[in-house]
Amino acid sequence: MLGLNKKDATFLLIVVLLTLFTPIIMQPFAANSGLDQFNGGYPDLMQKVAIFGIFAVGFNILFGLTGYLSFGHAAFLGVGSYAAVWMFKLLTMNVIPAILLAMVVSGLLAVVIGFISLRRSGIYFSILTLAFAQMCYKLAYSVLTPITNGETGLQLALSDPRILDGTNESASLPVTNIFGLAMNSSYKVEALNRVFTFNVGFYFCGIVAILAFYIAIRLFRSPFGMMLRAVKTNQQRMNYMGLNTRPYTLAAFVISGMYAGLAGGLLAAMDPLAGADRMLWTASGEVVIMTILGGAGTLMGPVLGAGVIKYLENIFSKINESVLHSWFHWLPDGLEHAVVWVFARFTGEGWHLTLGLTFMLVVTFLPGGLVEGTRRIKSLMARLRRPKAGRTEPKADDQPSPFKKPL
Amino acid sequence: MGILEVKNINKRFGGLQALGDVNLSVKENSVHAIIGPNGAGKSTLLNCLVGKLMPDTGSVTFDGQSLLGRKPHEINQLGISRVFQTPEIFGDLTVMENVLIPCFAKRDGAFRLNALTSIAQEPDVRAKAEQMLIDVNMIDKRHMQGSSLSRGDKRRLEMAMCLAQDPRLLLLDEPTAGMARADTNNTIDLLKEIHEKRDITMAIIEHDMHVVFSLADRITVLAQGTPLVEDTPDNIKGHPKVKEAYLGETQQV
Repeated sequence: MLGLNKKDATFLLIVVLLTLFTPIIMQPFAANSGLDQFNGGYPDLMQKVAIFGIFAVGFNILFGLTGYLSFGHAAFLGVGSYAAVWMFKLLTMNVIPAILLAMVVSGLLAVVIGFISLRRSGIYFSILTLAFAQMCYKLAYSVLTPITNGETGLQLALSDPRILDGTNESASLPVTNIFGLAMNSSYKVEALNRVFTFNVGFYFCGIVAILAFYIAIRLFRSPFGMMLRAVKTNQQRMNYMGLNTRPYTLAAFVISGMYAGLAGGLLAAMDPLAGADRMLWTASGEVVIMTILGGAGTLMGPVLGAGVIKYLENIFSKINESVLHSWFHWLPDGLEHAVVWVFARFTGEGWHLTLGLTFMLVVTFLPGGLVEGTRRIKSLMARLRRPKAGRTEPKADDQPSPFKKPL
Repeated sequence: MGILEVKNINKRFGGLQALGDVNLSVKENSVHAIIGPNGAGKSTLLNCLVGKLMPDTGSVTFDGQSLLGRKPHEINQLGISRVFQTPEIFGDLTVMENVLIPCFAKRDGAFRLNALTSIAQEPDVRAKAEQMLIDVNMIDKRHMQGSSLSRGDKRRLEMAMCLAQDPRLLLLDEPTAGMARADTNNTIDLLKEIHEKRDITMAIIEHDMHVVFSLADRITVLAQGTPLVEDTPDNIKGHPKVKEAYLGETQQV
């Protein structure tokens, strides 16, 4: 189906279903249960999970397949956002041209940065990309202020031309839409003591994410994807096999840059303003962490990593001291303060500490990321279920390799 | 006129003259061995042939085309494959994928962005790769990961990868280095078979006299960067200059 083998098709179907039912899945706790704050089913978070999923999947095409670790992918995210907002200002509030331009512009930037950075590999490549991204960040604040609007960030204004949309009579700013359907419109359903929010913006992001994910699967299974994995393993052999590695790495770099640009464009489509903060090196570091946390080189890993980090970020930063006090009010006074003080270091503002610890634990004990974790649990369950059964030999023919990477 | 012609090449590394006026002519369909003591310049010569090093002076032509200034992948595309001293394979990939890569490289050239077709949809390439694995007796191991193979199997796999490209000239850099006697003999048989079945010209750099005399039609002896003699194996065996410079007192052939 769709040029995928049965296993991949099933896998894609699961992703589609998960995306469709995200507003329900992410609302597991009843409204008045006290666990309400752990619900993640609000549009802003769901959109971010989808968008950063795209970002991480694209990053994984470069890092997971070729092994080139870019520390400058946030530059493409930021440039994509700027391009999209300019499209909203000049042409139309429809998101389609905006995200297309975002991909084109970030792709062009990726050609330039990649052409220079890919002359080096390893740590030098990482540093070069980092330098380029920081350069973009600084330029956005200085020389390019006419385009980026400096520290204020690029915003919509009533006086913008918006050639295709005609004149805007109302006194309020127009909203981003897709052929008239506003991105911020939501359909709320109250059921089972929960409020489920079905948001247009989220479904748009979700559909784009599924498309991006589908393309990534095809790419992973293609001869091109195999060549990229070969680049990671042995460049010398590639050269002595008559293959030129440079175009392969550059193509991977540009593709992943365009994924980042698409994610940036979508960020702007959900909330039409763009600031240079998106290009800061911490944003580049975030996508590296997402990919490694989920499992670099796997298909599902980056999406999983993006989802987990964005969810935890939103939930943990909401837990402030008063919330903690309400949790531990049953403790004796002195003890309560001590416990709250300790927990407060890891929540709210201090949530990065939790992220850092999680990351350290995963990298130390699960080098293959969360995907490896689920695989280990699976094999453990299988072993527990039939403790005395002998090892089954895989069939020689159609069985996939035992060494093949998991999904 | 040989398929590979090396004329008067010189290579200096600082004060060291690694190669001095080396001439070499490899005839089509022959097995040409290059032997010499350590530091004789064998590997430097090989690196000059495949584009890794650029000789200071002289010319290298393959089938009438100059190889100087071409990149390794361009030289490979002309039909020269190289087997390394330590097998260079793709350790993270399966045996099958290892062979698929040169098959795709043969068909598609140095670069092709075929990102939206699946490997499963390329039956011709797969069939060719499978045939290659059958030829080197590794079809049973096609799902194994490259890095988990034994040294001998890695060598066979590398050979299969090189043969998948249907090269006209196969360069072998000490193909039996570090192998046990049995593995060495297997490799000799494999090379003999390849040579007989496919008419591939081979240039072998080798230390092991057993290998050289079992395979080669012609031998060039290098010593201190210059060719000492070039002759048939029978004549080389008794050659006094070779004995003196290379075999010394210790090793008898």
